[in-house]
Amino acid sequence: MPGVRRKARGTLEGWGRQSVAGSEVRSEDLVRATRDAPLSRGLGRSYGDASLPPPGAPRAVNTTRADRILAFDERTGRLRAEAGLSLFELNRVLMPRGWFTPVTPGTQFVTLGGMVAADIHGKNQHAAGDFGDHVTALRMRVADGRVLECRPTLEPELFAATLGGMGLTGHILEVEAQWERIPSPWIHQYSRRIDDLDAFQQALVDAAADWPFTVGWIDSTTRGAHLGRGVLMCGRWAEPSEAPARFPRSTLRARLPVDLPGWALGRTSVRAFNELYYWRHWRREAEGLVRPEAFFYPLDALRDWNRAYGPRGFTQYQCVLPHEAGPSSARRLMEVLTSRGGASFLTVIKDFGREGPGLLSFPRPGITLALDIPVRDDTQALVDALNETVLDAGGRIYLAKDAFTRREHFRAMEAERLPAFEAVRDAWDPSRRLRSALSVRLFGDPA
Amino acid sequence: MNVVFLGATRGMGRALARQMAERGDGLFLLGRAADELERSARDLDARGAAGPVGTARCDLEVPEGFGAALDAAVDAFAGAGGLGVVVVTAGVFATQDALEDDPALLERMLRVNFANTVLFCEAARARLLEAGGGTLCVFSSVAGERGRRTVVLYGASKAGLSRYLEGLDHRYRGRGLRVVTVKPGFVRTDMTEGLDAPPFAGEPGPVAARVLRAIDRGAPVVYAPAPWAAVMAVIRRLPRAVMRRVRF
Ligand SMILES: Cc1cc2nc3c(=O)[nH]c(=O)nc-3n(C[C@H](O)[C@H](O)[C@H](O)COP(=O)(O)OP(=O)(O)OC[C@H]3O[C@@H](n4cnc5c(N)ncnc54)[C@H](O)[C@@H]3O)c2cc1C
Ligand SMILES: NC(=O)c1ccc[n+]([C@@H]2O[C@H](COP(=O)([O-])OP(=O)(O)OC[C@H]3O[C@@H](n4cnc5c(N)ncnc54)[C@H](OP(=O)(O)O)[C@@H]3O)[C@@H](O)[C@H]2O)c1
Repeated sequence: MPGVRRKARGTLEGWGRQSVAGSEVRSEDLVRATRDAPLSRGLGRSYGDASLPPPGAPRAVNTTRADRILAFDERTGRLRAEAGLSLFELNRVLMPRGWFTPVTPGTQFVTLGGMVAADIHGKNQHAAGDFGDHVTALRMRVADGRVLECRPTLEPELFAATLGGMGLTGHILEVEAQWERIPSPWIHQYSRRIDDLDAFQQALVDAAADWPFTVGWIDSTTRGAHLGRGVLMCGRWAEPSEAPARFPRSTLRARLPVDLPGWALGRTSVRAFNELYYWRHWRREAEGLVRPEAFFYPLDALRDWNRAYGPRGFTQYQCVLPHEAGPSSARRLMEVLTSRGGASFLTVIKDFGREGPGLLSFPRPGITLALDIPVRDDTQALVDALNETVLDAGGRIYLAKDAFTRREHFRAMEAERLPAFEAVRDAWDPSRRLRSALSVRLFGDPA
Repeated sequence: MNVVFLGATRGMGRALARQMAERGDGLFLLGRAADELERSARDLDARGAAGPVGTARCDLEVPEGFGAALDAAVDAFAGAGGLGVVVVTAGVFATQDALEDDPALLERMLRVNFANTVLFCEAARARLLEAGGGTLCVFSSVAGERGRRTVVLYGASKAGLSRYLEGLDHRYRGRGLRVVTVKPGFVRTDMTEGLDAPPFAGEPGPVAARVLRAIDRGAPVVYAPAPWAAVMAVIRRLPRAVMRRVRF
């Protein structure tokens, strides 16, 4: 089973490995465990401090033992389950029967609660929206202690604020969502080398018309004319006639047994990796069947890969830049990175087709970029500079990834949406019992 | 196979019941809280149990209900191959300090873990023999192997249970009743939440897989997680004078 990593005694960490003082209590009984808790967390795959408790209430609930499927309708695909159930487990149980999550992130070691709270998006954002678009009901414990059900038509404000609300509106106890029928458990993949960033953005938009799944990997180490060269990957579920009759074998998963030293992912090795990745795709185009695990979860193949970044950890910087800002804004962002000598081990690019359903959902129409940045002395300055570029473009950042953004920048990016979100919290939790290390840092919640 | 389960709602029982469901076994759940039973039954349905998983109320603190609860299970399996296995993972734990401080808690722990579990097993044993034999699998503990300063009272309840199960196996194996005694070491469940985990602490999933193999083979004793078999082989042989000094 996927586990949550615990660092030294008395500290908790996010996936990027920065830690805070705190502890977590695991229980199968979420109704009991959440009674006075400030925050729930799932598998801790958010990179920054979203899943970490605030200093003044350092005990969070870990939901992963609350993992029962409460109902699954084989005719309609309607699922109801406890919030700590992992996507890994759901895929293991339901994929062989022809059902898959309507939206998946790039790892299956996430919980349903985490998928709702971050309103996660996937390679099909342009076609299927966010996970929250497929959630039909939530059972929650709210700040005043009540346990209640909410839906788009029942306590609609609470429901909308909870999708993408990063756990700040209540503890999610149960999730009801619509699963999707798949014609076969295989993916038909098409991939193509792309020469530069402008071409990439166009290619993503073009591919969106033909493919339900699209994503790009870009080489963040090349400057100048070839800045943003990379590989575009598109996919769709294979039809039974194209797919092998057998069920794809799971290759999960080696563990990275020790922390690598900090230099292991230094500039030279990052450059080598990126170069290699680009030229591995030596043919301009490739097409064929792949396992869904290889397509959706390449990083899950090596568990605990975050330890490769050494003890200081890393941060992922993910933003979305509106289409209105033009293709040059993505170029400016990459230039901020490269001009500061920053190199991102893995840089992902993807177009978003629509606004998310939650009051603070991350996605909106535009281009999203995700950069993995090892933490160094100048990381704060780099994130500040990236944020200024995003602000200029009218974009926003993804809270599930963030660890370094300053409150002023966040408030400026969210000037339009934040009041509505905070109004819901004022109504349901005026004294801010529910809060996190992230909400103290960005929302100005009491510590 | 058709399994009656007391304690499938949580912990190792939940994990074991799931592995049975996933290979298509029939299940019938007994437990003290109707809504918890219902939620676990639906989970097992979704994971592939043969036929809808039935439930009946059965509280280990109320021995008067044992017979009726087991009969409900026997009836449910009547036409579907009959009763084959009874599993008991239900049990309670409290620290030595808590038990020393609270005689009422101590009395309840001793009654539930020993007297009432034995009564439940007697009722189950009778029905299994009536069905022509089968397997009775009961969770005791490594804590019952030696007298240890940190678990004197809980250990005593499990020591009594282990001896009973050993005797039962000797008495009835010839008539087709196989008794499987499970002796878990430290396993991370709600029962042990907040306690310091020793080396070789395990997770419910792998423990359940090991127990399921033991049930299938009819092994009389199984230690889990696996390293505890070796650890206990040493501890069983330690001289008393040494046991008096060890701190765990
Ligand atoms: C390799 C990798 C790839 C990823 N790819 C993507 C991607 O493609 N798209 C994407 O959108 N995200 C992606 N992510 C981010 C990840 O999907 C989200 O951070 C997700 O929220 C993690 O789920 P979790 O169960 O680990 O939640 P945690 O990290 O434990 O928590 C995340 C947030 O959800 C809240 N939360 C969790 N459970 C509950 C609950 N029961 N009630 C209330 N609040 C709760 C927490 O308070 C916290 O704010 C990726 C992460 C990794 C490590
Ligand atoms: N965890 C360990 O490290 C460890 C080590 C050695 C031995 N053991 C033994 O292994 C067994 C299982 O342990 P676990 O850790 O899986 O425990 P657990 O997670 O606490 O689960 C205990 C189960 O017993 C049920 N139960 C408790 N009291 C009951 C009662 N009065 N009537 C009916 N059912 C009752 C619970 O049902 P509800 O849903 O109603 O609560 C639950 O399903 C126990 O006998 C324990 O003593 C455990």
